[in-house]
Amino acid sequence: MRLVLRGITKRFGSVVANDSISLTVEPGEIHCLLGENGAGKSTLMNVLYGLYKADEGEIELDGVVQHFSGPGDAMAAGIGMVHQHFMLIPVFTVAENVMLGNESTGFAGSLDVQAARARVTEISDRFGFHVKPDAVVEDLPVGVQQRVEIIKALSRDAELLVFDEPTAVLTPQETDELMDIMRQLREAGKAIVFITHKLREVREVADRITVVRHGRIVGEADPKASNAELASMMVGRPVELVVHKEEPTLGADALVVKDLRVVDAAGVTQVDGISFTIRAGEVLAVAGVQGNGQTELTEALLGLQDDVSGSIVLDGVELVGRSTRRILDSGVGFIPEDRQVDGLVPNFTIAENLMLNRSFKSPFVRNGSLRIGALREFAQKKLQEYDVRARDIDSLAGNLSGGNQQKVVVARELSRDLRLLVAAQPTRGVDVGSIEFIHKQIVATRDSGIPVLVVSTELDEVVALADRIMVLYRGQVVGIVPADTPRETLGLMMTGERPDDVKDVVA
Amino acid sequence: MSDADKPRPDEKPVDAGDTVTEERPQDAETTDDSRSRSLLREIASGNALAGVLAVVLAVLVGSVMIAATDETVRETAGYVTARPSDFFNAVWEAVSGAYNAMFRGAIFNNLVDDPARQWRPLTETLKYAGPLILGGLGVGIAFRAAMFNIGGRGQMIIGGGAAAWVGFRFEGLPTIIHLPLAIVVGMVFGALWGGIAGLLKARTGAHEVIVTIMLNYVGYYLVFWALTKDWLLATPGSVNPKSPPMQESAILPRVLGDQFNLHLGFVLALVAVGVVWWVINRSTLGYRIRAVGENPHAARASGINVGWIYTVVMLIAGALLGLAGVNQVLGTVTSGVSTDIDAGIGFDAITVALLGRSRPLGILAAGLLFGAFKAGGFTMQAQENISVDLVLVVQSLIVLFLAAPPLVRAIFRLPAQEAK
Repeated sequence: MRLVLRGITKRFGSVVANDSISLTVEPGEIHCLLGENGAGKSTLMNVLYGLYKADEGEIELDGVVQHFSGPGDAMAAGIGMVHQHFMLIPVFTVAENVMLGNESTGFAGSLDVQAARARVTEISDRFGFHVKPDAVVEDLPVGVQQRVEIIKALSRDAELLVFDEPTAVLTPQETDELMDIMRQLREAGKAIVFITHKLREVREVADRITVVRHGRIVGEADPKASNAELASMMVGRPVELVVHKEEPTLGADALVVKDLRVVDAAGVTQVDGISFTIRAGEVLAVAGVQGNGQTELTEALLGLQDDVSGSIVLDGVELVGRSTRRILDSGVGFIPEDRQVDGLVPNFTIAENLMLNRSFKSPFVRNGSLRIGALREFAQKKLQEYDVRARDIDSLAGNLSGGNQQKVVVARELSRDLRLLVAAQPTRGVDVGSIEFIHKQIVATRDSGIPVLVVSTELDEVVALADRIMVLYRGQVVGIVPADTPRETLGLMMTGERPDDVKDVVA
Repeated sequence: MSDADKPRPDEKPVDAGDTVTEERPQDAETTDDSRSRSLLREIASGNALAGVLAVVLAVLVGSVMIAATDETVRETAGYVTARPSDFFNAVWEAVSGAYNAMFRGAIFNNLVDDPARQWRPLTETLKYAGPLILGGLGVGIAFRAAMFNIGGRGQMIIGGGAAAWVGFRFEGLPTIIHLPLAIVVGMVFGALWGGIAGLLKARTGAHEVIVTIMLNYVGYYLVFWALTKDWLLATPGSVNPKSPPMQESAILPRVLGDQFNLHLGFVLALVAVGVVWWVINRSTLGYRIRAVGENPHAARASGINVGWIYTVVMLIAGALLGLAGVNQVLGTVTSGVSTDIDAGIGFDAITVALLGRSRPLGILAAGLLFGAFKAGGFTMQAQENISVDLVLVVQSLIVLFLAAPPLVRAIFRLPAQEAK
């Protein structure tokens, strides 16, 4: 199926999310939509999928202009979407999920599960998905769940498949498998739109690349183009993709974690006996697929988990059992993994957000009243120092772009007297330009002799920042390895396997 | 100066050359809890325009009701096609008559000559506004912590009952000691009653809406029981569930001389507006309250003890409602406390807080408006024979329109508050 988008424009208030975008996707090609978070890729695909109505422009499939009033119309026209967050019901089987919304029924409305089962088997066999129709979705690994989404789309005879940031939740191995699947679908004559901001993946599978920036198409790129070329097209200026850092100047053991165990509210042991040490002036990066205990580990360090045993000693002081406030007071800086939830108050101004964890004792507080003058002066300074692009310090944090929000969080944390920095997913949903900036800040923090714990699900980020890498799997340490460990080995370790030739390193 | 009392202009996302912001993760991961929280927030802190429009709409609908229940209007409606002017005259007479009467009862009476009597209605409005403002502040400050304090009634009754006990029990104390003592005791008991709900939420996660509603009943019957015990609130030798009258030394003095009923309670309400404004906008405690209300997760991750804030906010809210009760007992009805001392103010306070968008100055304005409704409603009934319940209907309509921002937006074709 041939898709033509002509002059699609979508506005939200005064913000133009898509500005007259025209795009053609041919059958049998993988067309990559490359752009930063917030460039307007997802908006465009939501227009295509009937979730948003375009203000201007038209959608044409095989020469026929389409008018979608909802995803149902788009599906009926042969468009399938694999969302970043899966739209599956965890307690249903694969077959039940596949038939959902498209149930074939027999006598008196009884469900014809048999037909759905046969359909799943047929599609799974044709593309070698290895998905069993009777498996319950919540028991399946994430990569397989994603294949269920693909089967769901294919079972509705989708000819055009849209993958919206599909690799964010996958291990490197699963990503490779997905790439294979996409190639197979291409061979089968499907048209594929692949949305991503990860350059490595683009270069691997794309037949054509369209780069989107600020809601506009800035041009097509050659799949053979270098990473640097692609990145500068995406950002609109030359970008440094490599984090420059000197050899670490290591000090004494600063953070010593022993036998840490965290049980979550549901009674599940999320962190299962982790021990590690970070020395002053060192970055320990935690690698692992999302949901293997990283969140609970960082929250335990901050006193945000209730059921914690073992010990966390920072500069000789035990942190387990201390309140979050006292932990922050003892010099722990925290960049939380989800800034919208734990890092910022969206309806507060930038200035107000900059004192969020300093409302007890700081230059902005005197005898229980706010020193607004001092706070504003400070905010003004940080706005420039950290290059936060906002109208002024009274802009609401919730109205900033992801990168600028994160810079506010980073500015707040690095402005305190730190003895440890915990950075969880420091650049998730952040534009390339801000990533560069934030990485520099983290390295500078390390170089000033502060121990840093970085948690990231992006292997590139882990490798770029780490002095040592700790790989987590199901709440346990698979190994603590040197930063130059090959990617394949790390990928394997992220699945819980530990190659024999891997040796733990002690800094 | 960042002035949180100004409605924040709906700032456009800043496009500073790097990115636009339409891809903030939103609905996909919004939980039910945060959705209801954000709806509550929208209702409790919508912009000023929405409040004004809600009042306008409610008054318009009220006019229709006045017209529809008017005898002359109904008679003329019978031959509306023959002589439409009769009908429209009748409608105009009915509606303008009603609102004129309300104006005369609430602000300025042009039918009398004596200046003191002319302005008496305005002082009545202010008298009624006092406890409404205090109650509105008590509900509003809880809103700022994203808590819904429906326990105004109980907090008022308990606070008022305690103040009354001090007010009639101690004889021979000088006013300078007796009055402040009674006020403070009333506030403390109100605070404790409110604090129970906050503490339970902090400790056990019990929802404050349920707890405060239930505490209304408990408070009511507690005072009812106290009114049967001579050592508590009962009048010895009387079977009426009413306490003895207040001692002269515990009564809030009249502030404009004896010809006006306006008492010190209104001044206390004004002081409370100033204090609450300072606490919310200028104190670190208020900063933490707002942080907890806007995003309890971030507040917790920033070392703020969220449960403690819930407790403190409910203590403050209860103290303010206790003061509203004091206002009634020691100012407006000094002949003795009974269980209907709250006179519906505990619930009206919710409307006042909503209409005032939980901002102290907004609550001041909304309290004055509702005070005027109350004062004017009586005159309207007496002079135009329109049921005072109409005022209740108008008040309820205001809440309805406030609680349905999309409805009001649709009627006036306003743009949505947030571009999504």
